[in-house]
Amino acid sequence: MRSNRVGWLMLAPTIAILGVFGIVPFLYVLYVAFHQWNPFGANPYMIYNGANNFRRLVFDNEFLTSIAFTLKFAFFAVLSEVVLGYFLAQLFMKEFPGRGLFRTIHTLPLIVAPIVVGSVWRLMTTPSIGIIPYLLKSWFGYDLNIGRDATMAFALTVIMDIWHWTPLVTLTLLAALVSLPKEPFEQAQIDGANRWQIFWHVTLPMIRPAILATVFIRLMDALRTVDEVWMLTGGGPGAATRYLGLHIWKIVFPKTDYGYGSATSIIVLYLTLVMCWLLYVALVARRGQKRAS
Amino acid sequence: MRANRPVLSILLWTLLSLFTLFPIYWLFVISVKPAVELFTTPSVLLETVYWKNYVKVLGDDTLRRYMFNSIVISTGNAVLVTVLAFMACYALSRFDLPGKENIFFWTITNRMAPAAVFLLPFFLLFTQVFVIGEWKLYDTRTGMILLYCTFNLPFAIWTLRPTIDAIPKELDEAATVDGATTWQVIREVIFPLARPGLAVTLILTWVFAWNEFLLAATLTSFNARTITTGLSEYVTTTGTEWGTMASIAIITLIPALLIFSVVQRHIVAGLTFGAVKE
Repeated sequence: MRSNRVGWLMLAPTIAILGVFGIVPFLYVLYVAFHQWNPFGANPYMIYNGANNFRRLVFDNEFLTSIAFTLKFAFFAVLSEVVLGYFLAQLFMKEFPGRGLFRTIHTLPLIVAPIVVGSVWRLMTTPSIGIIPYLLKSWFGYDLNIGRDATMAFALTVIMDIWHWTPLVTLTLLAALVSLPKEPFEQAQIDGANRWQIFWHVTLPMIRPAILATVFIRLMDALRTVDEVWMLTGGGPGAATRYLGLHIWKIVFPKTDYGYGSATSIIVLYLTLVMCWLLYVALVARRGQKRAS
Repeated sequence: MRANRPVLSILLWTLLSLFTLFPIYWLFVISVKPAVELFTTPSVLLETVYWKNYVKVLGDDTLRRYMFNSIVISTGNAVLVTVLAFMACYALSRFDLPGKENIFFWTITNRMAPAAVFLLPFFLLFTQVFVIGEWKLYDTRTGMILLYCTFNLPFAIWTLRPTIDAIPKELDEAATVDGATTWQVIREVIFPLARPGLAVTLILTWVFAWNEFLLAATLTSFNARTITTGLSEYVTTTGTEWGTMASIAIITLIPALLIFSVVQRHIVAGLTFGAVKE
């Protein structure tokens, strides 16, 4: 067995960087969360107010509805992205003419900055000047107005997210798929397994860690989306698309209520962490059982 | 493997590409229209092309500087992150370190933080803590390269770990028995097999760094300002210069596409683990 010292040495830079830029700011935010602090308000000093910020959160209707909307958004967006992304990654595994070209086209949305994505989708969907409401109106007589229709505004944020982030899922799953050994597939084919059986019993167990990692990344990114939704709907109509990232943004920037914003962030961070931890434990436990059997 | 059906594949891909390309096409349409035309009845096809936005953008020295900063920061960060994550994943996968699963999970928590509130401690770190005499970390490319590790490093570690875990341990053990050092094992055994994963990690971390907006907007002013932040300067409360913004956005696709086409070639199948002796 090699010495663990080499292992720690290889981990050290990661721990150092994330320690400085991760833990230190976190502790600062945690400290602020226990204070009333509005640096641009009438009283710009930090005043210790115990758990008051947290107590206020429990009864904050805006916050609670924001959680519900965010979870709904994350659920629909991430689920569609993973299913669609896996399907596309499988298609890319086959040789066909123009594969390289299609792969490049498919990755294009990733290189458009979120703030630009939000702007374009907004210009495409604004009633009376956007191309999409215009076409829907002239082809189907359907009136799309995301300034009024909360359901459609929600659906559009989901579709925009799918458009923007499915390529990420495709790429990570593609990397996982091309790295798989070929023998188990050949063996399964010799044994006469059909495509569904191969997927369920051969492919899925092998790429489950990659799928899980991708779901995590997408989930936590969806939970803290700001720029895109900000540009597309501004959180409206009403509060229908005021997702958590945006909700905190609105507490901190127009209102400059840092104490309360910090407390909200800590709770959001905590909820995200617990959610991901539960998912992670569920999966690791299952993986452990499989190995034992 | 069953027979390929190229016609069906191509048809399917063409349909998907239409969905993918339409918003980008629309971005282009916005970039070649004078501002007044944006607010009239839309039409799918372009009748006239108005290049003034591009002339203005390409002649702007400031934007050229921002573009250069973006390329340096994204590339520097993506390379740094991929190397560090590769090392970290190798350590997590191959060594029996106590508490390593907790460390693994801890890394990802750094990506969960909602950005808005964390801007302030970052700002204080950059202007008050990392200061040596006249020099500050604020508004430096180095600062941004390091800072972007907070969201890219967890991402890279989480996407690379499955790839490295999937490489059979028998391969390194066989190489070690043959007298290879740890460094040789990494270079000769792990690296070639992890290449698709590394390529994807490099591409995606590059993309995240390239697209990042909030941190760059807060922690840079001019010297290290990135193009993503630069283009958002045209989105203001008094009215957005959509055409200018869109033309910058279209221009920024070019370096990104170049990097993609170089790196994507490494996402190839064909390497098998057939070398493992049963």
